[in-house]
Amino acid sequence: MEFSAAFLLALRALGRNKMRSSLTMLGMIIGVGAVIAVIGIGQGAAAKAQEQLAALGSNMLMVGSGSVNRGGLHTGHGQTKTLVIADARAIVRECPSVSAAASGTGIGQQIVYGNQNWATQINGTEPQYFGVRNWPFANGTSFTEDDVTQAATVAVLGDTVRKYLFGSGNPIGETIRIGTLPFKVVGVLAPKGISPGSGQDQDDVIFAPLTTVQRKLLGQEWLRWIMVSAVSRQASYVAQHQIESLLRDRHKIRPDDPDDFVVRNLADVADAAAEGGTVMTILLTIVASVALLVGGIGIMNIMLVSVSERTREIGIRMAVGATGEDVQRQFLIEASVLGMIGGVLGIIFGVISSVVVSQTLGWPILIPPYAIAVSTLFAIATAMFFGFYPALRASRMNPIEALRYE
Amino acid sequence: MELLNSPTYADPDVIRSSVPVVEVREVRKTYQLGETEVHALRGVSVNIGAGDFVAIMGASGSGKSTFMNILGCLDGPTSGQYLLEGTDVSGLTKKQLARIRNQKIGFVFQGFNLLGRTTALENTELPMLYSRVSKKDRESRARETLALVGLADRAEHFPSQLSGGQQQRVAIARALTNRPLLLLADEPTGNLDSRTSVEVMELFQRLNEDGLTIILVTHEPDIAQFAKREIVFRDGQIRRDEIVSDPQVASEVLKTMPTIED
Repeated sequence: MEFSAAFLLALRALGRNKMRSSLTMLGMIIGVGAVIAVIGIGQGAAAKAQEQLAALGSNMLMVGSGSVNRGGLHTGHGQTKTLVIADARAIVRECPSVSAAASGTGIGQQIVYGNQNWATQINGTEPQYFGVRNWPFANGTSFTEDDVTQAATVAVLGDTVRKYLFGSGNPIGETIRIGTLPFKVVGVLAPKGISPGSGQDQDDVIFAPLTTVQRKLLGQEWLRWIMVSAVSRQASYVAQHQIESLLRDRHKIRPDDPDDFVVRNLADVADAAAEGGTVMTILLTIVASVALLVGGIGIMNIMLVSVSERTREIGIRMAVGATGEDVQRQFLIEASVLGMIGGVLGIIFGVISSVVVSQTLGWPILIPPYAIAVSTLFAIATAMFFGFYPALRASRMNPIEALRYE
Repeated sequence: MELLNSPTYADPDVIRSSVPVVEVREVRKTYQLGETEVHALRGVSVNIGAGDFVAIMGASGSGKSTFMNILGCLDGPTSGQYLLEGTDVSGLTKKQLARIRNQKIGFVFQGFNLLGRTTALENTELPMLYSRVSKKDRESRARETLALVGLADRAEHFPSQLSGGQQQRVAIARALTNRPLLLLADEPTGNLDSRTSVEVMELFQRLNEDGLTIILVTHEPDIAQFAKREIVFRDGQIRRDEIVSDPQVASEVLKTMPTIED
């Protein structure tokens, strides 16, 4: 029998028992729907995490000042005075895996504009910082190298600060007061959101030239941190080692003494997040596979019932010339049609439930096209696998006994 | 009727040739029922020539059903030979037997055995689904065959919408649709009233006159009177094999019967 005729036959046979067919498909629908929803939510979360990590900066490492040991008393990080601008220059010059570095320091201050005020972090840094952090401007520009050289009182606002001080007004060219000093606003950064590492609002910040903060706000010549960009994600681990040995050398630390600085690699954070995502995806995939398995068993059950109910039909078909293969193919196609329709409905169900989840819980979703193709094929394959035995039983019937069957 | 002049079962060469349609030699069939052996056929030999119309009679358990199953290639003999149109089919595979059933044999059963919720037309098309006939040809051939059995206007009806006689005629159309060599009918009138039975026999006689070889199992002597030859089975053997002495013509008999609404 040609395939199209067999396919129509299968549709009609399934159509005769609509309730039964749809209940059988329900198992497949839930299974495939679960797979699609899991993949959609998992991929969406992974994409969001990647996006957030990319937002942190491109292949970024952070060098911080370390802790010191004063007569047995360990201070926390950020207490050493040994990290200086020359270190940052040396890192760029001497570490081949590093593409850029921006020095920085910071202080918390109260900001005033007109009758508005806001307490925030003032970071002093260099213009390349925004490139290292991969942080675009919403408005205006960065301060310049000259501003750094001259310790100019200019400022770049984070989006949160802009909101609190200016609301919908345009801050560019306005003067704000940081502590007692007036600063001219030259730029506003695009919003970057919550840091995936620390959970802090990255937009609640003001940037000013490094020297301005060092001399006019802090009165310190050393650095709190250096932001470093590695040439690639893979190079970030090599860059970490290069920086560590370079700084130990420059700071003349004896081999047995601890570092007076810390290097944090953000690729670590990304890897940890990705690993968590992978574990979650594996768990959810197992759950989805179990659902699909249950759906497959449902198909097998119904196909067995259907084969024994239609014993006489099988006998008639064999009497008029159907071979065992013809009969087997007929039932296999029926099982795969169940799987295929169940699979397609399952995809629709999965997409809808993903959208509902994403809208109610605010989770991002991403359903790649391959997931749809793969789960449809998987549904058909599952159905054929579980339909194989019932079909085989049908094909092995003795036509004489089948015809006599009441 | 053009169909009846088609080559398969009315081939003058086949009729003229000495090769019988059915040649059975010393066929035995033994079933194993638990510990006991059941000898359903104990050495049956018979020749049935092209264009013959044979009624097979016998009590239940006489072996006539087993014999029909072997003739219909639904079952193979334990020993002995069965030549269909000169070809030995005793040693063929299941698949080859299915092919022979499809191409050379038409079955008509007592209980009609139509597929429910499937129209008369589609039931008639069924054997062609398993041979390489295009969809268009399937439909036109099925319609021709339905017209031949007088059901042209019932093609789209479901079996449940047809009378017993009409259902049996659909079954006959299905048996004829692949233009077989041999029509096997197992008590085709067993579920029908007497007038309808004679109508079915009238159709068989017409088909036989056009050259179709028919073998019919019945336990009603009146029905056997419509055949040309009568074979009686008892205890797995042929007890009697003779020409029907007083053959009836169904179309004549019908004229004497009162008409009953279908």
